[in-house]
Amino acid sequence: MSQDIIQHQVIWNRLIAVVEEQAQALIRTAFGTATREAGDLSAGVFLPDGRMVAQAVTGTPGHVNSMAESVKHFLRAFPLETLQPGDVLVTNDPWKGTGHLYDITMVTPVFYHNQPVALFASTLHVVDIGGLGPGPDGHQIFHEGLFLPIIKLIHAGELDNTVLAIVKANVREPEQVEGDFLALVACNDVGARRLLTLLEEFELPDLQAVGEFILARSRQGMLAAIAGWPQGSWSAEMWVDGYDEPLLLQARLTISPQGIHVDFAGSASFVAKGINVVKAYTDAYTSFGIRCLIGADIPNNAGSLGVITIDAPEGSILNAPYPAAVTSRHIIGQMLPDVVFNCLRQARPGEVPAEGASCLWNIQLSGGHVLPGYDASSFLRQPRFSITSFSTGGTGARPQLDGLSTTSFPSGVRNVSLEILESISPVVFWRKEHRADSGGAGAQRGGLGQVIELSHGQDMPMELGAAWDRIHFPARGAEGGQHGAPGRVSLSTGETLSGKGRQIIPPGSHLIVETPGGGGLGDARQRDPARLQHDIKNQLISHEAAIQHYHHNKTE
Amino acid sequence: MSGTKTPPQRNRIAVDVGGTFTDVVLLQDQTQYAAKILTSADAPERAVLQGIADVLQQAGLDFAAIDLLILGTTLATNALIERKGARTALITTSGFRDLVEIGQEDRFAQYDVFLQKPQPLVPRHWRFTLDERIDAQGQVRIALDEQQVSALAQQLREQQIDSVAIGFLQSFVNPQHEQRVATLLRAQLPEVTISLSSEVCPEIREYERLSTVCANAYVQPLVAGYLTRLQQQLTQRGLRVRPFLMTSGGGITSLETGIAEPVRLVESGPAGGAILASNIARQLGLEKVLSFDMGGTTAKICFIDHYQPQISRSFEFGRVHRHQKGSGLPIRIPVIDLVEIGAGGGSIARIDNLGRLQVGPDSAGSSPGPVSYNLGGELVTITDANAQLGLLDPAAFAGGKVELNVARAAAALIQQVGQPLGLDEDNAALAVTEIIAENMANAARVHASESGKQVDAYTLVAFGGAAPLHAVRLATRLGIQRVVIPHAAGVGSALGFLWAPVAYQAVHSFYQRLDHLDIAAVSDLLTTLSDQVRQLVLQADPAAPVTLQRSVYLRYAGQGHEVAVDLPEGELNQQATAALHQRFTLLYRQLYGRSLDHVAVEAISWTVTASTPAPAIAPPQTAPAVSGTADRATRLVYSAQQRKRLAVPVLARQQLVTGESYSGPLLITEPETTTWVEENFSAQRTAAGHLLLQRNTQQGEKP
Repeated sequence: MSQDIIQHQVIWNRLIAVVEEQAQALIRTAFGTATREAGDLSAGVFLPDGRMVAQAVTGTPGHVNSMAESVKHFLRAFPLETLQPGDVLVTNDPWKGTGHLYDITMVTPVFYHNQPVALFASTLHVVDIGGLGPGPDGHQIFHEGLFLPIIKLIHAGELDNTVLAIVKANVREPEQVEGDFLALVACNDVGARRLLTLLEEFELPDLQAVGEFILARSRQGMLAAIAGWPQGSWSAEMWVDGYDEPLLLQARLTISPQGIHVDFAGSASFVAKGINVVKAYTDAYTSFGIRCLIGADIPNNAGSLGVITIDAPEGSILNAPYPAAVTSRHIIGQMLPDVVFNCLRQARPGEVPAEGASCLWNIQLSGGHVLPGYDASSFLRQPRFSITSFSTGGTGARPQLDGLSTTSFPSGVRNVSLEILESISPVVFWRKEHRADSGGAGAQRGGLGQVIELSHGQDMPMELGAAWDRIHFPARGAEGGQHGAPGRVSLSTGETLSGKGRQIIPPGSHLIVETPGGGGLGDARQRDPARLQHDIKNQLISHEAAIQHYHHNKTE
Repeated sequence: MSGTKTPPQRNRIAVDVGGTFTDVVLLQDQTQYAAKILTSADAPERAVLQGIADVLQQAGLDFAAIDLLILGTTLATNALIERKGARTALITTSGFRDLVEIGQEDRFAQYDVFLQKPQPLVPRHWRFTLDERIDAQGQVRIALDEQQVSALAQQLREQQIDSVAIGFLQSFVNPQHEQRVATLLRAQLPEVTISLSSEVCPEIREYERLSTVCANAYVQPLVAGYLTRLQQQLTQRGLRVRPFLMTSGGGITSLETGIAEPVRLVESGPAGGAILASNIARQLGLEKVLSFDMGGTTAKICFIDHYQPQISRSFEFGRVHRHQKGSGLPIRIPVIDLVEIGAGGGSIARIDNLGRLQVGPDSAGSSPGPVSYNLGGELVTITDANAQLGLLDPAAFAGGKVELNVARAAAALIQQVGQPLGLDEDNAALAVTEIIAENMANAARVHASESGKQVDAYTLVAFGGAAPLHAVRLATRLGIQRVVIPHAAGVGSALGFLWAPVAYQAVHSFYQRLDHLDIAAVSDLLTTLSDQVRQLVLQADPAAPVTLQRSVYLRYAGQGHEVAVDLPEGELNQQATAALHQRFTLLYRQLYGRSLDHVAVEAISWTVTASTPAPAIAPPQTAPAVSGTADRATRLVYSAQQRKRLAVPVLARQQLVTGESYSGPLLITEPETTTWVEENFSAQRTAAGHLLLQRNTQQGEKP
């Protein structure tokens, strides 16, 4: 018996290392910047019944339990007994995968002594999937690119070249997308090989016993963490910019001995633009928000995720039905941790951060293709490019701590070097620095946003794809703290641009993007004078703002 | 070093200035003398001189008798970690003064909403900007305003700045603005040290380059002062030769280079360990070695192929969360690719709120230390577990300096690990050692797969106080057949310095598509780099034959991670380019299983390394084996494989007869450490005094 206890502990560690290795293999071979720089990926191992036992820590919250659920969809389409060694399944169905067509999910069954013992699944964000391209401009899923239902890509080791040919014919960067598909296959293979070694080394027939041990322990651990919080129900609402008109997100969070339930009843209906969120993605960011504050150190698996349940009305923007457009589902999805925080703050005042910029402020630029209003033939002579500069605003102020300036949350994005972007495109950057006074005032200050200024280096027109929020509704302060600065998009000519959709940057104009700051926490007058002085000295807060928001004494 | 004109070097000294101790080793022919002295943090040269004098006295020599002196120092590292460097300013392009603070805009721990990021070395109010801009093609978009430089010099003077880092965007493509600003500032502020990003790190990626140049500027006055003072005093005492410095990349270099680029001196101590392992690999003819260095707080592993430790081009210092990737500040320098794991004798074991046993990365250190030290430590450590298992002699631990209280260890094990898991004290101890072995094995596996290596084909070379106890456990988990416990492994790093070649690596980013490579431009770049590195190596050792090794970092267009590929010998031409493409394809397949033949290949950075041959020095002599095996002591050890106490023979290392095979279970003791040979391994002592442990093939054992 003692042997089993020690062995289960050791194998649990090993499984986490195996899926981490699977994720690292994917990062090193993937093409899309979203995958390799932003960690927009997921990797995990599942029991034959589709329950996830371990998931790599590397990866973005958007994939957390959306992929966890997806393997069950695969098994409904292809029951395990119909699969054989060497088979690999694939889909990018937003409703059965991770929320938009760019995310390809690949599932590989693993056989040991001719018995299926596990499935490895992985997801990444491909460079391109055809259709309109990135951004929220589509009205229906059909505008958004190639849709692959759950199909078999590899039949007992034989790659289905027909499928690959269709994929390559439908995307703008066929070689890179092919590379991404093969990267998924390869990383699942890495995981499978390691698992087989593990079973041999520990002389186990399968993962069943150790899997049940892991799931039961995780579930108990999560319930124990929840039990440390008061029981009850709390509601919160948040307005977001929307595409054409503001949208309301409404939540009621209930903590009980059985777990945590979040109900989004009352939230806005889905819209005819690609900002809709599928339910699996709503689940992912909602549970991520909870896990940041409750049970943060408990590994992700079906046991720990199972005690959080989420409802969102069918047809709402948080449970958008097929065939809604969903490409930019992150804009609203990334707001959900703030909504969760706003509920939990009522349960434990003084222990929860304020709202932040939350939604990523990625700058998507392309040029060298035909733009309305310009001579079509001239584009043939221009450099063709498409780049994304991953960019962020400030996070909300935290108990005892200021918010983080220019930092991604809840996404785990990493930016791309400006010098790299300049070397692969004609874009020139003129400014990238903290935006003074953008952090919401408070005893704890919100994180600062940033100002980014850029232009086409050869004075040609280019296209901006905007997918941003918190322009009309800034991050709110909490417990007496003030709002962060709203975001702003403009041209050097003075014109203000929209936060959503495709727009043209005319030749010679500079684009100026000011990302939102995080909300403050607590009364600004309570701010430690030394920290206020530090902010003034470092020009993070201007003298005027210090006087106006912090009642700073002019003579100091 | 091994130059033709120089007479044979009889008296070689290596000095490793660590955070706590300064280690000095003198090798006189094959006789070894050693000294360990407390580091004098205020003026490190004091302990260095004292230590050298100490070993010289032991051997009856004076400073003039020294033929070779190699210095390693953690001075630069400590100044970075403890933030005790110079008053440093950064001068950068207008509009970009926050790049060093914005960093990568990410969070190093996904679920930690309360994390704090590492602060940049230069605070915002000392980050100044100038109007200028050079684009990715090297064209000047905004000319430098020289008037602004004069005004800035005045500000720097007012702020009493000691050291300046200059880092402009795209300066690795065209360094003229950085160079001009440096010239103007030197004229006005002659006492200030100046570092240029285009010299310290001429590589693409502004955050890493600026972070590197800031680190260089931050430690430069301190390191330059120390090295200058040290050299003067050594000369005064009669030293005839020019001292060398150990670098993080595993080569040694001149004092002048160390003063110009002190950032290359960080992590030189651990590099010494890897070189020691490489030298043992060469001695034993082992082409694939995994070095395993385990002490009180951490374990370090490094892959060594063909006697060359694996080199990486980036390093992170001052991690806010220990061992958490991304929680420190980046430096781009050539560095021996060591993976550091929070696993040492003092690593603490605990049950987390999931009922999982966790070991490390936090350590009880030497104070309060493990529970069994009886010095006030209350938390169970790996040493406590090993003591409980019967692997350590309570009276002879650490050369008898500490007496272990095993009863205390047992009580703590039961209370902190056994009861929550339902295990007795022996199995609780076993659980602790099994988990730590698993953690180390996992780190080695991930590192192996990142580097495209098959770990089970390697020989483990284990040194450092705790490694010989854990080596067989680790080898078993990794499927490794052979383990070497080197002779005199206790002196570790410092001894390793003596086998380091003189070497210097230069790198320059130059973005090119391989299918239409500008051959003339790349050839020019390689020639410039080759001249530069050759000159730096000859400066250190004018007589030595210099070997050049050229490589390029390649990737498929659209990828973000590069693979280093050696360039073919000779002139770069169409044929060589084709050969290069082929090498990349093969290497990529080896790493990732398949190549992507339709995708274009692009080159990011080019490197040239100049080095002299590693010196062929005979290892220190070991005491001859004591004949006969008279008093064979035994100890009761709890076996992981049989789950019961076994009477295990205990032999002192010098009792082993060379060439004879001793089968496990067996404990082999020496003053600083104990080697645990489990049932599935046998031990031999080689003629050179190393222990060679071999896995038994017949036995159908399992881990």
